[in-house]
Amino acid sequence: MGILEFIHQHIEMIYLIILMIFVGIELISHVPSVLHTPLMSGANAIHGVVIIGAIIVMGQAEGALALILGFIAVVLGTLNVVGGFVVTDRMLEMFKKKK
Amino acid sequence: MDHVLQLVYLLAAVSFMVGLKMLSRPDTARRGNAIAAIGMTLAIFATIFLFRGQDGSHLGNLPYIFIALVVGSAIGYLMAKRVQMTAMPQMVSFFNGMGGACAAMISLIEYGHLSHAAESGDTVLFQTKIPIILAGLVIGAVSFSGSMVAYGKLEGKLKDLSVRGQQFVNMSFLLGILLLSVLFALGSLEGVWFYLILGLSLVYGLLFVFPIGGADMPVVISLLNSFTGVAAACGGFLYDNYVMLIGGILVGSAGTILTVAMCKAMNRSLTNVLVGNFGGGGANVTGSAGVEGTTKEISLPDAAVLMKYAKKVVIVPGYGLAVAQAQHVCHEIETLLEDEGVEVKYAIHPVAGRMPGHMNVLLAESNVSYDKLVEMEDINPEFKSTDVVLVVGANDVVNPAAKTDPSSPIFGMPILDVEDSRNIIVLKRSMKAGYAGIENALFYEPQTFMLFGDAKDSLTRLVAEIKSN
Repeated sequence: MGILEFIHQHIEMIYLIILMIFVGIELISHVPSVLHTPLMSGANAIHGVVIIGAIIVMGQAEGALALILGFIAVVLGTLNVVGGFVVTDRMLEMFKKKK
Repeated sequence: MDHVLQLVYLLAAVSFMVGLKMLSRPDTARRGNAIAAIGMTLAIFATIFLFRGQDGSHLGNLPYIFIALVVGSAIGYLMAKRVQMTAMPQMVSFFNGMGGACAAMISLIEYGHLSHAAESGDTVLFQTKIPIILAGLVIGAVSFSGSMVAYGKLEGKLKDLSVRGQQFVNMSFLLGILLLSVLFALGSLEGVWFYLILGLSLVYGLLFVFPIGGADMPVVISLLNSFTGVAAACGGFLYDNYVMLIGGILVGSAGTILTVAMCKAMNRSLTNVLVGNFGGGGANVTGSAGVEGTTKEISLPDAAVLMKYAKKVVIVPGYGLAVAQAQHVCHEIETLLEDEGVEVKYAIHPVAGRMPGHMNVLLAESNVSYDKLVEMEDINPEFKSTDVVLVVGANDVVNPAAKTDPSSPIFGMPILDVEDSRNIIVLKRSMKAGYAGIENALFYEPQTFMLFGDAKDSLTRLVAEIKSN
């Protein structure tokens, strides 16, 4: 299969990727350095969206091996999501204005 | 695909964008995080109950899925709640590694599915999906093993390590992985080669992070964070799933920008950080032309008086503050001095600590209001009118060699111009060099006074001293 074919098949996604690259740059370009760590941590939690793939894999798993691997993948993904958001929240709960 | 599921995915994707945007402003950041979390939760449950495979069937194994979710949530929640504020950077690195591992495992399982399908004759699907599966596998695996090394280094469990010719070895690994992946995608290789590529990627992650010095860990974590984003986006490609694609690419691009911003703050290029040998490489890091002179110590009462009768005091926090957990007592000094009518500010170097914003998070924990935290460009002109600078466990970020000594490994890195101020008090455990492993001429300046000891200890005694007179 040629590269052109590949692009043709996924053209919508490729448009989306390019748009999202610019959105990502735009969203983060005016961040005060105060928020760099929480922002990195929040972004870290958001890429935990990979868990959706893990859930799909596990839900379609047939056979013990695939199920066990899927199980581990879902646990790892959940760690990323839950741990990521909770850590970010803990960082941000400290950003209080003075009195 | 289910219409409701599509709608939920749309909402989730928007929640990620809105969440990221709100995370970039102090007053909305916490809500932004919550919004993204809600979007994620919705997307997860909608997937479990509404997702249909190509044959129209719902997902199976639901009990096991829920057990996995509960186990992961419990562990993640407890880890995140229990971690010390000082250990935040490595915690982020750890969770990032988990995401990378998750992406790599998805590729691993999907490869198993596909090879089954290919055996029964469905080779077209195999060829379309294999490049994406490989990309998810390689990027996820590198991100996983790299993040674990970064985690271990920041925990102090792993030391910097590099061998002669490491860059050459790394480059060969990278090229090898790329070459094998291309050959595999073209169908020239099969079977066991897939697992070999996985193994090589894991080893590459280790090799990639090991030689990079601790001072550069923020950059590495941020970079690996965006890697995991891209790995997650590969999953989106694989399942035609827009929310995974959007979430992943957003993080990939935002993470890259953040990485570049951090490098800029150190006045170095990304290549230089990755290939360079700052703080632990093979080259001679002590490069500085030798610092001569003597240091002066200051007694506690003198330090207390100096600060109490100053008009303006600037506190420069560094990693030593984090290690000593001195943020609370630091805030106490600040309020004490303010009660005496002293103007107190904090000078925040972009790479102070082990992560950008590390100091901000720590100080915010002890209720320091964030308008007191002044960034480098804004505070630098103010040092001329500052009476006392209190350096708490910072070193490389106040080293004038960055401006004056071209042979210094940190030459060119913007620093806080503390030497412009009238008096400098340096709290330090010993005369040992900072993370970059170089001498600091600042300590030998005529207006610099050293106060040796653990930062928390020294500050506590300073508080007592200020109160008593």
